Order: sequence, then C-alpha cells, then structure tokens
Amino acid sequence: MDEALKIELGKQGIFATSLQELYNWGRKSSIWPLNFGLACCAIEMIATTMARYDLARFGAEVFRPSPRQADLMIVAGTITKKMAPQVVRLYNQMPEPKYVISMGACAISGGPFKQGYNVLKGIDRYIPVDIYIPGCPPRPEALIEGFMALQKKIDEQPLTGSSRPRHLKADEPSEFIVPQFGAHDLEPSQNPTVWHAPLVNISIAGKDDTGTA
Amino acid sequence: MTLEPLKSEIEANVPGCRLEIVANPSPSAQHSLLIDSEHALAVAAYLHDAAHLCFDYCSNVTGIDWPAREISEKVKVKKLVDGPEGSAVEQEVEEVRKTQTIGHLEAVYHLYSMEKKHGPVILRMRTEDRADRVHLPSLTPIWRSADFQEREIFDLYGIVFDGHPDLRRILMWDGFVDHPMRRDYVEPDDYEYEPTAHDEVLRKAMQHHSETA
Amino acid sequence: MTTSTAFPATSNITLTPSPDGGDSQLLEVSMGPQHPSTHGVFRMDVALDGERVVKLKPIFGYLHRNHEKIAEDETYLGSMPYTDRLDYFCSITNNWAYALAVETLAGIQVPERAEYLRIITGELTRLQNHACLVGFLMQDMGASGTPLMYAFREREKILDLFEALTGARMMCNYMRFGGCRVDLPAGWLQQAQQVVEAFPRFLDEYESLLVSNEILMARTQGVGVLSKELAINAGITGPMLRACGVNYDLRKVDKYGIYDRFSFRVPLGEHGDVYDRYMIRLLEMRESIKILEQAMRDLPEGPITDPKTKIRGFRPKPGEAYGRIEAPKGELGFYLISDGSPNPYRYRVRPPSLINLTVLEDMCLGQNVADVVIILGSVDIVMGEVDR
Repeated sequence: MDEALKIELGKQGIFATSLQELYNWGRKSSIWPLNFGLACCAIEMIATTMARYDLARFGAEVFRPSPRQADLMIVAGTITKKMAPQVVRLYNQMPEPKYVISMGACAISGGPFKQGYNVLKGIDRYIPVDIYIPGCPPRPEALIEGFMALQKKIDEQPLTGSSRPRHLKADEPSEFIVPQFGAHDLEPSQNPTVWHAPLVNISIAGKDDTGTA
Repeated sequence: MTLEPLKSEIEANVPGCRLEIVANPSPSAQHSLLIDSEHALAVAAYLHDAAHLCFDYCSNVTGIDWPAREISEKVKVKKLVDGPEGSAVEQEVEEVRKTQTIGHLEAVYHLYSMEKKHGPVILRMRTEDRADRVHLPSLTPIWRSADFQEREIFDLYGIVFDGHPDLRRILMWDGFVDHPMRRDYVEPDDYEYEPTAHDEVLRKAMQHHSETA
Repeated sequence: MTTSTAFPATSNITLTPSPDGGDSQLLEVSMGPQHPSTHGVFRMDVALDGERVVKLKPIFGYLHRNHEKIAEDETYLGSMPYTDRLDYFCSITNNWAYALAVETLAGIQVPERAEYLRIITGELTRLQNHACLVGFLMQDMGASGTPLMYAFREREKILDLFEALTGARMMCNYMRFGGCRVDLPAGWLQQAQQVVEAFPRFLDEYESLLVSNEILMARTQGVGVLSKELAINAGITGPMLRACGVNYDLRKVDKYGIYDRFSFRVPLGEHGDVYDRYMIRLLEMRESIKILEQAMRDLPEGPITDPKTKIRGFRPKPGEAYGRIEAPKGELGFYLISDGSPNPYRYRVRPPSLINLTVLEDMCLGQNVADVVIILGSVDIVMGEVDR
C-alpha cells in the first residue's frame, strides 16, 4: 500500500498494516527474558532492570523464572564446563520462537578466563546465538542497545520464504545436543552444526611480519 | 608469636612429634611449623585446647604442588688427580653434584585465635611423593572450617585426607579424573580463535588448521 | 529432528523409599543451579520429609573459573583485574586484600593519603554491598523487587562515584601495590560527601520497612540459628559471625591500614538467626557512614603511591605471605608464595563465602524448605568468590 495513503488513512483513524508487521511488532514488543544470570554480568543485567535503566519499558516486563515461559535467554557471565549442560538443557526447554543474547566477553568467547581448564570458550559452541554484546561487564546502556538490536532483528524477519526464521521451518531443529561430562573435558567439546571454527589464514599471521590475517 | 618457644612447648606436651621450623625469607616474617603426619592430629588438638594458646579458628587451608626438580650444588670432594710425572695425587676438587628430589604435595594451615586475638600460626604437612603416597591426616575433626577447603585440595591437587567425613570432589564434576592445579597438568586441546595468535595458541591453531584444510 | 542423547526426566524430583520401609518417603529436591533467587549458580540437594529439611548438600563449581591457575601464569599486577571478578559486588575490597598481601610479601609501605582513599572507597563498597544484600533478602522473602529498587538507587549513586574515580562502575581495578591507581578528580569529595549525608535518610526509610514489618519478623526471627561455638569452629567470619555474638572484626583485631585512627563500634547480635544478621548489616552501614565522615574530613594531601615501588619487573623476594582484610562478606585473605620470578608460585584466595557455607546444612536442618532460601540469602554469598 502506498505510504502517503497509509498516513492519510491513519489520520482518519484507520490503520492499515500487513500481517508480517503486526506479527513481528507483537513479538518484538514483549520479549520476556529468562531469569538467568551466571556471574558479574548478571549484576549489570539486574541493574538494567532497576529504576535507572529500566528495561521493562522495552517490553521485557517480567523476567520469568521458568524456561517454559520465556522467549529470550540472556546468557550473562562465564559459562563453565560444569554449567554448560544445564545451559543447553535450559535452552532446549524454551519453546519456540526463542532467542539468545550473549552478554559479556565470557559468554562470547571465554573472556578473560579463556585459558581456564573449566571455562567454555563461548556459549555459541553449543547453541545458536543471535546478538553478542561485548564488554566486561557491558554497561546497562549496552545491554539496552543489544536488546534494541534484537528487536530490530525480529522486526526484519519475514513470514514466508527461505529466509524465514527457524520456528517457521518444519525441519529445523529447535533442541541441541546436551554435552556430557567426560573424564577430561566435555563430550562433545563443541557442536559442529552450530559452531564453525573461523578459518582465518593463520599460517600467514604467524610467519611473516604482516601480523594480521 | 615467635615460633621457637611454641615449638618447644608443643614438643614437651605431645610426645614423639617431630617439628621443624620453616623460615620465611621475605619481609613478611611469617614462619611456619612443619609437622609430621603421625602426630598432626595430636599437635592440632593441643593447639586448639591449650588454654593460653586457644587456636580455635583455622582460617585458610592451602594446597601446594612442589614437583620433582634437580638440585645442583657445588661439593668439595677428595679425588685422585693426575699429578706431575704420572703419579696420582689426592686433591680437593670442587664438583657439581646433581640430586633429583622426589617432589611432594603440601597442605598449609593458617591458625588464629578468636578468643585471644593472636596469630597466625602456620602449620605445614607434606606428603611423601606425588604419585601414590599422597595421604595426609585430615584436621577437620578439630576445625570444621577445613571441611570444604580440604575437599578442594583433594579435588585440585589429589591429596587424600584420611579421616575427612565426606571426601569427594567439590569444584570439578565427579567423573573428572585429573588434578588440575598440579604443575604438570595438561589442558585438553581446544581450538581457540584469536585474531592475532602467537606462541602456544598459534601452534595449536595451526595444528587444527592443517587438520581441517 | 531432535537429538536423543541424555535428555533428562523433565522433573528432577525423585522419591526414595525410606530406609526402615515405613510410610514416610523422603523427597529429594535439587534446588538450582538456575533458580529464581538471585544468588548465582549454586545448587543444593535437599532431602525433605514433608516440608522439613532432613539433609542438605551444597554443590559448587558451576562458576569455577580457574582464577588461581591463571594467576600462576600472570604477573602480580596482571592478577589485579581478576581479583575484581571474585566478589563482583565489592571489587575494591578484593583489590585491597590482594594489594595488602603483596605489600606484606614485599615489605612495601603505603603513603597516608592512599590509606585514607582506600578506607573511603572500601567503606563506600561496604555500604552498597550491605544495602543490596538487604534488598536481595527482601526479594527472596517475596517482596518481589521493590526494596531492591531502593537499594539499587543508592548503589547507582555510589557506582557513579566509582565511575568518576576509576573509570568503571563495577570492575574498578583501583588498588596498586603501595597505594592507589588514580587520585580524586575535582569535585569528587563534595559529591561523595553529599551521598554520605543523604544515606542515613535512606537507612531510616529502609529500617521503617523492616523493623516493624510483621511478615519479616515472623519469617526471620528464630530461623537459621547458628551457635557461637559452631561459628568459631567452622571458621565463619564477617557479619554472620558477629550476629552470633563473637566480637571479631579484623578492622579492630588486625588494625590493617589506618583503621585504628577512626572511632566506630562493632555491632554484635545475640541469637544468631536471620533477623540478627539483617540487623547487623543495617547497623554496620551506620558505622560505615561514621568512618566515611571522619575519613573525608581528615583526608590529607600527598602522594598516592609509594614512589619507590617498582611497577615494571616487579619481583618480590622469595618467601610467602598471608594478608587478610575485613571484606563486607567476611575475612578475605590472599596467600602468596613467591619464588623470585615475576609470577607468583602459588596464589590462593581464602574465600569468605565458601567458608561461611560450611554451616549451611546445620542451620537448615529442621527448617521448612521455604526458609532454606532465606537462610542462604542471609549468608551473603557471591558465586564468583565461592568457586573462584
């Protein structure tokens, strides 16, 4: 429909929209996160929901304690190998459509604790992540920015076609493999359908003086 | 609290115990007492119960790994040396003698007194080696605060505390077999992506890169 | 297509038959590691007889981030930002404990102005930690979020001060060996004085919420009682110990820093229950305000680090040292062994939250399962410190 006509009708009190816009507008304006904080980033997440940086005005009105009632999992904090199976289980228990925000350096790639023997180097090794928010910890404003980026991403998801989101495709998996505790490490150490090791030309980076790949 | 009079007092009251003062060369001057495993419980009970000492508060229990190392020392030895005109003469010669220590694990206890407000008295216990003779008596029957800390030393170093009420792993999962804080622990090989990789990370990444390429 | 590996039973409740084969069955509930109370990733295996707790085993390790192992590869100063992340509510007192341990190890002196700055920032940290703890405790009891909003309002004011001073809200990385990292910017002292002057009004507001609140009194008085002897033997420190009536505050016993110049009292409890631990923290906040007023009034001029301390190539002499401070949660100690190299040979954190959890089972036996969460809240744990 013509934009000018839409505005004209709007002034008369008649609103015209498409099903996709309405559907996405409803979903993006009421994303309910799961009450799931692991470490220091969780405190900044709590501060974001408090009076000064109110996250509730963006639609995240209630943080649900149960994964069955939540849309969004904000993985805030370091994921250790001991905790990783529980995180994946929680993700599997969330109903579609579900989103993951990886908040903080530890959830993105292990962060400052990357060398640890018990630290999982990023939650995207086992579950698909939609938004990454860097920082250690990211400021509440950064979390709000990430939240708004997620809202924009949801807004742009089409209802039909090949690029429609995962929950509208019948054969896409919505649950992912839960790692088991092995003798020395988690088994499997990553999920190959979800995580692909970045293939950067590392040999050049190591051997000559250019430094970067 | 000076250690010499304390050592004599304990030796007088706990017959048969073998104590040794381990000097601390740093400016902190916190010297410690090395106690033997057979009489450790008796020494601890004496320190706890004696009215004027009253060490009722065990603040910190630490595990330390001292791996086997080579000690080379210069020793003056009488040796037969070729003298003038082909005769053998006995002479004193400086020789470098290398000995291999077995290596041991150590548990260090910091004791204070809440009643008398004095301290710290530092106790040390050493195991015989790092392989299978790693048993030490648990001081949890005397100070309950050693409970979780001795479990942690068992988990991360492998010292088995005899007499502990509930000795099992506390930080790593139950199926884990290694003792990660030991100096010879090798982490599981995990591909870490770094944009400017160098040293160890570069070496591991190139290994993975050549496997996948 | 869903994967089938090891998908657990949807409920994690199992019924075990009682050992004498009678009618009563013990209900085993696994509380955590993800749960509505905001205490981090902590799990308790609780065995219940009806509503009463029969057995409780805490399970840790879900945030074990290998801080001590990483510190063996870092230089001494390189571990300072990691200490921020131990007890992530109170990063400045963690920095202080580590700096104190290294100064004990290497025999470094701290100039006077730095000592005052340490006390000012340390007591501000104590204020916001205790305020947030009371807020979290109220949230656990069901007042879902509103008292916490009041506490976070005050915390934001103090975090603004920290951000103006150190550049970061939470991970301040403020202490150095021999003093502090930066000096006060212009106008900081006046702003801090305003915050401290407004704090008693907030405390009065909070106390009027608590002291006469029937629900609070009924739910916390007589719950989770800890005896004096058990507390001392189990190595409990901090407000939890003082709530049992033991007068042991490291600021008075060790007199580290220049605490002996300030006049403040140490509040002691009588019963050792959750209500006492609550009230102790409120009273300690008032004492912290007194210390802050005195420190900000007497702040001298001068350098903020010892000019003789080496920053590059810092190699303390071989030896060991144990340094401890009265952190808001208890006695936080660092045990360092140096072998003359730039990295520590052994770096150990004595975590107050872990040791304070030793008696969790003793306090919860015989209580209702709903009280377990409140008792856990009153212990004041932060998982970053428990698991390191």
